[in-house]
Amino acid sequence: MSTAEFLGNKEYKYGFVTDIESDVIPRGLTEDTVRLISAKKNEPEWMLEFRLKAYRHWLTMTEPKHWPNLHYPTIDYQDIIYYSAPKQKPTKASLDEVDPELLKTFEKLGIPLQEQKQLAGVAVDAVFDSVSVATTYKEKLKKHGVIFCSFTEAIKDHPDLVKKYLGSVVPTNDNFFAALNSAVFSDGSFCFIPKGVRCPMELSTYFRINNSESGQFERTLIVAEEGSHVSYLEGCTAPKFDKNQLHAAVVELIALDDAQIKYSTVQNWYAGDEEGRGGIYNFVTKRGKCAGRNSKISWTQVETGSAITWKYPSCILQGDNSIGEFYSVALTNHAQQADTGTKMIHLGKNTRSTIISKGIAAGKSNNSYRGLVKVMPKAENARNYTQCDSMLIGASSGANTFPYIEVMNDTSSVEHEASTSKISEEQLFYLQQRGISQEDAVSLIINGFCKDVFLQLPMEFAVEAQRLLGLKLEGSVG
Amino acid sequence: MLEIRNLHASIDGKEILRGINLTVKKGEVHAIMGPNGSGKSTLAKVIAGHPDYEVTAGEVLFEGRNLLEMAPDERAREGVFMAFQYPIEVPGVSNAQFLRLAYNEKQKHHGLEELDPLEFKDLLKERAKVVEMEASFMTRSVNEGFSGGEKKRNEILQMAVLEPKLAVLDETDSGLDIDALRVVAGGVNQLQGPENAIIVVTHYQRLLNYIVPDFVHVLANGRIAREGGKELALELEEKGYDWIKAEQQESGAGAPAN
Repeated sequence: MSTAEFLGNKEYKYGFVTDIESDVIPRGLTEDTVRLISAKKNEPEWMLEFRLKAYRHWLTMTEPKHWPNLHYPTIDYQDIIYYSAPKQKPTKASLDEVDPELLKTFEKLGIPLQEQKQLAGVAVDAVFDSVSVATTYKEKLKKHGVIFCSFTEAIKDHPDLVKKYLGSVVPTNDNFFAALNSAVFSDGSFCFIPKGVRCPMELSTYFRINNSESGQFERTLIVAEEGSHVSYLEGCTAPKFDKNQLHAAVVELIALDDAQIKYSTVQNWYAGDEEGRGGIYNFVTKRGKCAGRNSKISWTQVETGSAITWKYPSCILQGDNSIGEFYSVALTNHAQQADTGTKMIHLGKNTRSTIISKGIAAGKSNNSYRGLVKVMPKAENARNYTQCDSMLIGASSGANTFPYIEVMNDTSSVEHEASTSKISEEQLFYLQQRGISQEDAVSLIINGFCKDVFLQLPMEFAVEAQRLLGLKLEGSVG
Repeated sequence: MLEIRNLHASIDGKEILRGINLTVKKGEVHAIMGPNGSGKSTLAKVIAGHPDYEVTAGEVLFEGRNLLEMAPDERAREGVFMAFQYPIEVPGVSNAQFLRLAYNEKQKHHGLEELDPLEFKDLLKERAKVVEMEASFMTRSVNEGFSGGEKKRNEILQMAVLEPKLAVLDETDSGLDIDALRVVAGGVNQLQGPENAIIVVTHYQRLLNYIVPDFVHVLANGRIAREGGKELALELEEKGYDWIKAEQQESGAGAPAN
């Protein structure tokens, strides 16, 4: 066997384009664009105000190009199409009215939208380019008082809830990409779990980018009232284009007293080719607020796609005894770059946080963990445990860890452990000597490395995540 | 079963094996002995296909097929097994998961039935008796946190599961106390039969009290310097290796090629 060198990975099977007629607005971003998007969605005045405020703020901000360990050409924000929606009837009384081409697309992606074909126990909101095309099991969920719908519907049907919580965790001026999203977001998912309800099924959103010229700017807002529980999953894919597409999402989670939110992501955006042509620029702001006592927010992410990932799902631990968790696997191959991690902000007493991050870098890729643990003066007895492990495959990949720790309360304790390892030829030889092929051996070692994170995923998705890692690394050692 | 002819192998350009000839037949137990640096472990690794070693001359036939052309995993599926001197840890992968994958790869290769986790558990439970291993070992990560003795027992368990035609035990006795040695050797003896063969690579005669060889080959400077029956091992125990080295130097056969 030669020393590790890199071959192509398995064909990206989600790389097809759906041929569908779309309602597309002219490229570029001005105040008129913001007004146009809002008008297209028949939004109330307060929503337009929210957008314009964000837009005006965005104009004063600059793209964060210096601190992340990422290198990419300057994005021309005037060369992006900010709204692209498949043409269909504006209101969808039932799935029968959804364009069959769209149903076929999601079926091909493994997300059948007809309820009888779905995994029992998972409700799906399907977002295609700029709009949500279908949400399943809405009626069943409604019986439990759970609201699960597209963001557009939420603004229309539940304006008070949206008004109350939108921007309460990620303010419009939070950062460059969040401000951009707040100005132009076109759809997304809204979930509301009322007091005392355990959501009877997993909720999920599947994001699909189809148009090569448009960006995707969606919002997710999940509110879990006192004592409620919800588990939410998102998945995402995109066709293979030579150009890059921008995906700038904002996710806000709010957990009130004793509520629990578990948010899992399997991110498989198109990653670009071996030379780094094409792929999604994934600049995402995700943050949860444990607003109530004894509340808990848990992020689990498996990041395998995107040309560039800039993403720090975080927890603000405001309520006393609240718990924040971040479990992450980030895999980069070829020319991919990831700068990802979390922020745990301890405000309340006895707040606890756990960070387990597993970064795997193959090819010429670069994989950075960046995390902040901040303990504020009133956070008596706050506890954090952080474990950051990196694994390098081959000689041309890079892994970095950038931990930031700020402690302002001396009763707290913060632990940080980090390791970097390589898949050694001895390890591979050992497994091969037992009859396991080299590719299966790599896959086995990686899955073992990521086990602590996979254990956190719902079963079906854990299986999917393991399969995905295997596919991504195929041919990366040889 | 195994036919090695004039085998030369080197690592990083340095020649370690300088013309090994060895024939192993079904049902036989061979011991390869020799001082440190004589090439014993290299021979084991070359048979198994370790990527760091380059074969520069000679051939190795396994059941009449050119073993050197096969990838390490293919050799394994064909029935070549090596018990490692230093078994490797695989964090996060349970012993049972690893063993089932290895077992099923072999089954698949031979067109035989693969086992699901439950069926395999039964098989594993049965085979674990060979090395007196407890069920708790099966759920632990491969070799992680195992003591030296546990690691070696785990190697023999793998041998018991994979039922190789040819097993090469590379210094399996190193680092074992007398009780562990007894268990490990007892396991190997249970697995030895008329249809398979074993090559025991060892520095000391001690292991050969338990695994009794039919033939003993003594390596020095990359060549077989002496061959004989099990009594040769006893002679070495008594006299050490120096006399063999001296003898070899006298004949000029083992002079290092500087």
